[in-house]
Amino acid sequence: MAISKEEIIHIAKLADLNLSEAEIEKYTKDMQEIIEFANTINNVNTEGMGETIGTNEKVNVLRKDEVVEFGNRDALLQNAPSQDEGMFRIPKVLN
Amino acid sequence: MELYEYTVHELIEKLEKGEITSETLTKSYFDRIKEKDNKVKAYVSTLEESAMKKAKEIDEKRKAGKPVSKFAGIPIGIKDNMCIEGTKTTCSSKMLENFVSPYNATVIEKLNKEDLVYLGKLNMDEFAMGGSTEHSAFFKTHNPWDLERVPGGSSGGSAAAVSAEMAPWTLGSDTGGSIRQPASLCGVVGLKPTYGLVSRYGLVAFASSLDQIGPITKDVTDSALLLNLIAGHDEKDSTSMDMEKKDYTLSLVNDVKGMKIGLPKEYIGEGINEEVKQAILNVAKKYEELGATVEECSLDVGKYATAVYYIIACAEASSNLGRFDGIRYGYRTEKYDNLKDIYRNSRSEGFGPEVKRRIILGTYVLSSGYYDAYYKKAQKVRTVIKNAYDELFKKYDLLLTPTSPTTAFKIGEKTSNPLEMYLADICTVPVNIGGLPGMSIPCALDSKGLPIGFQLIGKAFDEETIFRAAYTYEQNSNFRENKPTFKGGDN
Amino acid sequence: MVRDDYEVVIGLEVHCELSTKTKIFCSCSTEFGGEPNTHCCPVCMAMPGTLPVLNEKVVEYAVKAGLATNCSIEKNSKNDRKNYFYPDSPKAYQISQFDKPLCYDGHVTIETENGEKEIRIERIHIEEDAGKLNHDEYGRGSFVDLNRAGVPLIEVVSKPDMRSSAEVEAYMRKLKSIFEYIEISDCKMEQGSLRADVNVSVRKKGAKEFGTRTEMKNMNSFRSIVRAIDYEAERQIEEIENGNEIMQETLRWDDISGRTFSMRDKEDAQDYRYFPEPDLVAIKLSDEYIENIRKSLPELPESRKKRYIENYGLTEKAANFAVSSKYYSNLFEEATKICNNPKTVGNMIMSDIARILNEREEEPDSLKFTGKELGELVSLIDKGIISSAIAKKVLEELFNEVKMPSKIIEEKGWVQISDEGAIKEVVMKILENNAQSVADYKAGKDKALGFLVGQAMKETKGKANPQLLNKLFLEELKK
Repeated sequence: MAISKEEIIHIAKLADLNLSEAEIEKYTKDMQEIIEFANTINNVNTEGMGETIGTNEKVNVLRKDEVVEFGNRDALLQNAPSQDEGMFRIPKVLN
Repeated sequence: MELYEYTVHELIEKLEKGEITSETLTKSYFDRIKEKDNKVKAYVSTLEESAMKKAKEIDEKRKAGKPVSKFAGIPIGIKDNMCIEGTKTTCSSKMLENFVSPYNATVIEKLNKEDLVYLGKLNMDEFAMGGSTEHSAFFKTHNPWDLERVPGGSSGGSAAAVSAEMAPWTLGSDTGGSIRQPASLCGVVGLKPTYGLVSRYGLVAFASSLDQIGPITKDVTDSALLLNLIAGHDEKDSTSMDMEKKDYTLSLVNDVKGMKIGLPKEYIGEGINEEVKQAILNVAKKYEELGATVEECSLDVGKYATAVYYIIACAEASSNLGRFDGIRYGYRTEKYDNLKDIYRNSRSEGFGPEVKRRIILGTYVLSSGYYDAYYKKAQKVRTVIKNAYDELFKKYDLLLTPTSPTTAFKIGEKTSNPLEMYLADICTVPVNIGGLPGMSIPCALDSKGLPIGFQLIGKAFDEETIFRAAYTYEQNSNFRENKPTFKGGDN
Repeated sequence: MVRDDYEVVIGLEVHCELSTKTKIFCSCSTEFGGEPNTHCCPVCMAMPGTLPVLNEKVVEYAVKAGLATNCSIEKNSKNDRKNYFYPDSPKAYQISQFDKPLCYDGHVTIETENGEKEIRIERIHIEEDAGKLNHDEYGRGSFVDLNRAGVPLIEVVSKPDMRSSAEVEAYMRKLKSIFEYIEISDCKMEQGSLRADVNVSVRKKGAKEFGTRTEMKNMNSFRSIVRAIDYEAERQIEEIENGNEIMQETLRWDDISGRTFSMRDKEDAQDYRYFPEPDLVAIKLSDEYIENIRKSLPELPESRKKRYIENYGLTEKAANFAVSSKYYSNLFEEATKICNNPKTVGNMIMSDIARILNEREEEPDSLKFTGKELGELVSLIDKGIISSAIAKKVLEELFNEVKMPSKIIEEKGWVQISDEGAIKEVVMKILENNAQSVADYKAGKDKALGFLVGQAMKETKGKANPQLLNKLFLEELKK
């Protein structure tokens, strides 16, 4: 089943993207092609196969609970498009 | 011979002997950049002031007889998706055009310890998504062998800079071929290490389970030297492997006798350019002459790797790129009344078309109702592919394939059809899916005078065998006698 | 209260901040408060290129919580990403757990009007807390502070087993008490370190199917939770009785107006696109690891209660009360060790200390004095140095300032008068001034003695030894 324009609009919303009418057209067409190609994986028999999540088999990578403060708030805030009193400023939102 | 023409291992010797200084060496690169980069356009930003200052400091240390690393004062170029504290890291995206990193990537910390000198940050496909560096939001990088052609990508700037001798070596990153393919198209050596060998901390993530940082160098010896510097466990990267540190230069041995090399028939058949195919067969023949056995084999499930790759990589990317929202850093739209506008407009204006395409694909395959059919299925096929590699490596020490099915294509040739562009990765992508090491080594020029590279694929964490075979080939061939011509493209 | 022909069905998702020193995925401090964005680093600010590394204590604490609530422990666990855009979530995904929570299938027992009841726990998983949005009264916007972003949480998901707001309160108090006993959280509700998402639905009694539920998020006081559930249940019943359907939605409880509001701005149905976190590796727990944690657990309330009844002779009621909070229980044990009078200690906790806390609108965790002070206080009574009336006054003092009770009575001059001569003087004086009462007593009105003793107490400001006082009055009156 081919992807519809409506689906692309829904997906764009989920991804927080605004698409122009032309972009929606283009991406719908691209996605149809790419997904059709992606569907070829259904030709592989994966019965009984586990999923590969990481690429290696490491387990239990854990950190000690010891405080190391970064200690340079200015560096962390230097890229903020808008800031005030050490915080990132955004338009008012209701909680 | 100009200073910029030497390999790093040659430069180290000259520095140690006091024949040259880091200052003159570093300056020769900036002169070269000034001469060539207006045509090649490999650098997004140069760091001349800090580099020259650092070079002078190293020279003074050396002169004063203070202990310095043997790499002290060697220049290097860095792909612009690795963070250097206090400098811009743009990922060649409008989104991060003005982003100054507050911290160092682990690879940078490691290079700092050895006192390397940063020449600048190198152009790439936006967020490493692409295979031609045409998707940079700033400008396209040109192939030094033919300026009308692409250098490959996404580490196109890193490969072109080494090829054009605007850096002695560089770091790239490879998610589906982004080090090896541009190395191949630019006639240099590119290594994607085993997943987990080099820390990803500070590498702006494209696809977390696939990304690896690796060296792009003029020759195999430099590749081993640079891997020595960047490899190793990092407690900041949970996926980095905790194992004993190796000296890869010990593998630079001119001998492949008794080595077993598999030649998967799928990569010398349909879809592979005839000249490329011939070059690979010549490499196979050379290895046989040198005492290795080369045998045709099959990696049938490899044909699904590209589909698996685009599903997994884009899914991870769609999540990894969520943080670019115009709040803490990065591009913020001017058109907003409310929070939703900030998110949607900043992301829509800040990301380029290929990035948006991949975010959409990735969001789609993770979305409710499709997860099992695409993402979960792809993870299972990934297991099937890994198992197929395991089987092959029971029989062979290495696999030999082309790096790219074609040589460098013309700028603009493939941008209109994304799927066609994706298929340019067929030889490299399976290696990332398997988490294996792969190296591209230049071996020939095609009839248009464009470089062809071959790829050696090794077992996980067996970079040594790759180095040994690649070094042996290099010692018994003469590709490095060719130099890029900077022909064409008077733009 | 809810109508008799309806039943309320409530399930809870309790979020509990763990009291680790550092955040779940980076080494920043979890300390509450602090200047905005000072307990932050590139990792918890989601700077490009940063990666998470899991804090080992978080796993340990979550397993502790699981074992203390009778859960099975998942030996093959992992983390997942939950994707959503909101300014308090800097990565635009929360690292949580989806299909392999660390703990599953547990339960806790609560006391209800109708006796004990088991509330089943579906799962406990680990995840990271979000940052905080501050709002500006001048309307200049909202401000993002990420100090809290990345503080470790466990989310405890119950089955929809609760049938009244009272049961919900008992369940929350039980969880709070257990987590305090095993010391995985400070459980300070006013600081948001214990809070709940409350799912409420109603159905006709006897109905098999659940009704459509609504959810109220981030409730952080027992009082609000109880009020909100009672309100919401009534509202739903009214809607149904009026022939309307209940919409599945997230509501906001407003404490001031005492009602719930629809949060319609969250237009689209959420699709969190969960997938395994590729930046982290699997969590595999061995039997040995789990057993070691089991062994390290402190004695839990059920076992303590049994011991208090059997070894210390407390009543069921007093024992239940003493174990209802770690702070009570520890106070009880420590004080008993000193004074060797568990009954008086138990009663003092249940009646006097609980009453004073209640008057002050405080929880047991705010108690500043310890068993050392309480134990001495009870000893002072037992030795006859102070009366129980004075003891109550000393207790009030302890809430204001922690000092040894012996010191307090000395400073205040509250030492009991046990000198027979001095007391006799008072007795004689009272008898002289209350001829009527003396006559009443002699005429057989025993009550009159009480009045006389009371007068003597008043005269001595409560310091007279009551036994001695009684004895001397009786002696005199018999004459």
